[in-house]
Amino acid sequence: MAAGVATWLPFARAAAVGWLPLAQQPLPPAPGVKASRGDEVLVVNVSGRRFETWKNTLDRYPDTLLGSSEKEFFYDADSGEYFFDRDPDMFRHVLNFYRTGRLHCPRQECIQAFDEELAFYGLVPELVGDCCLEEYRDRKKENAERLAEDEEAEQAGDGPTLPAGSSLRQRLWRAFENPHTSTAALVFYYVTGFFIAVSVIANVVETIPCRGPTRQPPREQPCGDRFPLAFFCMDTACVLIFTGEYLLRLFAAPSRCRFLRSVMSLIDVVAILPYYIGLFMPKNEDVSGAFVTLRVFRVFRIFKFSRHSQGLRILGYTLKSCASELGFLLFSLTMAIIIFATVMFYAEKGTNKTNFTSIPAAFWYTIVTMTTLGYGDMVPSTIAGKIFGSICSLSGVLVIALPVPVIVSNFSRIYHQNQRADKRRAQQKVRLARIRLAKSGTTNAFLQYKQNGSLEDSGGGEEQALCVRNRSAFEQQHHHLLHCLEKTTCHEFTDELTFSEALGAVSLGSRTSRSTSVCSQPVGAGSLLSSCCPRRAKRRAIRLANSTASVSRGSMQELDTLAGLRRSPAPQSRSSLNAKPHDSLDLTCDSRDFVAAIISIPTPPANTPDESQPSSPGGGGGGGASSTLRNSSLGTPCLLPETVKISSL
Amino acid sequence: MTMVCHRPEGLEQLEAQTNFTKRELQVLYRGFKNECPSGVVNEETFKQIYAQFFPHGDASMYAHYLFHAFDTTQTGSVKFEDFVTALSILLRGTVHEKLRWTFNLYDINKDGYINKEEMMDIVKAIYDMMGKYTYPVLKEDTPRQHVDIFFQKMDKNKDGIVTLDEFLESCQEDDNIMRSLQLFQNVM
Repeated sequence: MAAGVATWLPFARAAAVGWLPLAQQPLPPAPGVKASRGDEVLVVNVSGRRFETWKNTLDRYPDTLLGSSEKEFFYDADSGEYFFDRDPDMFRHVLNFYRTGRLHCPRQECIQAFDEELAFYGLVPELVGDCCLEEYRDRKKENAERLAEDEEAEQAGDGPTLPAGSSLRQRLWRAFENPHTSTAALVFYYVTGFFIAVSVIANVVETIPCRGPTRQPPREQPCGDRFPLAFFCMDTACVLIFTGEYLLRLFAAPSRCRFLRSVMSLIDVVAILPYYIGLFMPKNEDVSGAFVTLRVFRVFRIFKFSRHSQGLRILGYTLKSCASELGFLLFSLTMAIIIFATVMFYAEKGTNKTNFTSIPAAFWYTIVTMTTLGYGDMVPSTIAGKIFGSICSLSGVLVIALPVPVIVSNFSRIYHQNQRADKRRAQQKVRLARIRLAKSGTTNAFLQYKQNGSLEDSGGGEEQALCVRNRSAFEQQHHHLLHCLEKTTCHEFTDELTFSEALGAVSLGSRTSRSTSVCSQPVGAGSLLSSCCPRRAKRRAIRLANSTASVSRGSMQELDTLAGLRRSPAPQSRSSLNAKPHDSLDLTCDSRDFVAAIISIPTPPANTPDESQPSSPGGGGGGGASSTLRNSSLGTPCLLPETVKISSL
Repeated sequence: MTMVCHRPEGLEQLEAQTNFTKRELQVLYRGFKNECPSGVVNEETFKQIYAQFFPHGDASMYAHYLFHAFDTTQTGSVKFEDFVTALSILLRGTVHEKLRWTFNLYDINKDGYINKEEMMDIVKAIYDMMGKYTYPVLKEDTPRQHVDIFFQKMDKNKDGIVTLDEFLESCQEDDNIMRSLQLFQNVM
């Protein structure tokens, strides 16, 4: 719970006086709080620097080191102060947290050291205040990244850390992905790189015209036609190597589907496919045109270098992530081109022998002018055309030159921002989940408190100490407050599961509806308060007789909240026609720790001798139940009827 | 937004007016000042604080009524004096004073009478604090039934209105209430 709330608890409890006249049941007694010695000043000595604060200040956060009894371990009786052998500068921030409720992160300290101090004093990093939260996270992230990088580098460096039992496939994949791991992998890496280079160069050289050795017919041919066999052999060799590599990768890939869909494998396929298509295609004149087009795709082999070059990969990724900016640039350019082309076309329309034959023809002029290339193959001749042409070139400078730096900076900003936004979103979810958890923690704390049966006004005793978890005074008082509210309204807090089951039971027209109305039966002022909600004891009667499937889940829930049953008065109505067992556990013993055990409700023979036994599924759950039984026999002799059956899940 | 800063009257004066000792007043004020450095609590803050104690349900309506019970001068903000005066009544006051304070709480429009509508509002607000997940399941007319019981008990002359005297009388007749009033003695 938040800090200063502890300050307001006394007032909230006092305000509970307002419920008194409405309460239909007697309110539970207040927990016995040790006589507080009033407020005193504590001295905390951290490595020689003395800090003094009120005890109340530290008590605000009972689940930290300083707020709980854990600080007693550091108490030095001789000097009467609490001594901590820690950094006094950091302690200042910790202590301020108690005072103000906000944890600030020191700017000049190492974030790791700060974290360690927080861990020591029992403060969770989520407590860092909003003002310092972003910076704290950023610095922590930086640190973590740096550490991760170091770790990765270490891991990538070492080869023989492969598990011994790894298959050939795994080893092959690892060799492909990290060529530095073994010599063979490295050799393979360089060989493929070499062949990619060879293939690309061959493609290029193929088209250079080279002179034949013989002068007669002195015509120039591209080398590819001159030495077709040599080039063919080289191509074949490269393609064979690439095919082999691709097949090996396919074999070694841990997830073949994913591998087939990855960009690199597509590039590989596109690189080698034209060769095979060319092989199987007949040497027709018709299709050779198409065949020639296919050869163009051979240039994609150059992209295979991206496996060898980290920079290329990063570039590809950045282009992908910057796509929207590029798209916008393209769009605005297109708009400008269309506008100017139209204008130029109509301006030059009158001239004869003009190049501006149509608007699309004018596109070329506009593009060349706007990018300030100015080839000069298309020139306006009219005055209007020249005027608009100059406007076009001037605006071209703006249109082109402006977005490019914006894109560059945009890309850099968006890249970093995306990283941060995603992380923040993920952390936000976690943060919200934690807040919800903490919130449900307080509600669960109360429900669990009820389970432990401490609500029963027992006379204390050692059992109490055994069963009951040690709760702080604040928790005790808060739970007392919630209990008062329950008594006032004659309803109890439950959790979602029980509630939904109760809803289901109500819809079946069970006796739950009757039980709530019992509260309102005017049986007379005197007995009103005592007879109110007697059915509370019968609350779980309904479900146990249900099908085993729901019993297994339901009974778990109900038995969780079984504890704290009061001794019910004699049941007022005997309309237990559906043989629902009367589950008033008339246990006089105080042990209420039935929490985990699944015990079917025994019918106390005294009260309802004629009610049938619950048809509980027998068997299992022995372990938990037996331990509980053992516990229950610890204390005063219990009235455990011999009809206790252990129902299984 | 100006920071309204309110300083309470002197310690001696407050000690004379309430049933707290000086030390207790000091502790109370330190806590109060820490939470509300400006020296006053407004309704929103009050609702938030109260809601933290009842995470299951919605405590805003009840906190609203409570706030107006604390804010005796109806200024819209609770100062430390109001806070401490009410606490003094609730924790250290006589039975009469406590019951009178409770009557004042129920009497929403402060006209000196509690009618069924006011009681309905209060009871509904209390049931709202329980939240959705209760056992037994909250029915629509549970608050109404509760109010009917209350009126049957309190309204002596059956005129549909509970006056202060009727209220005091009925409560003093009821042992449970009398016993429960002693519950919160040692809250401080």
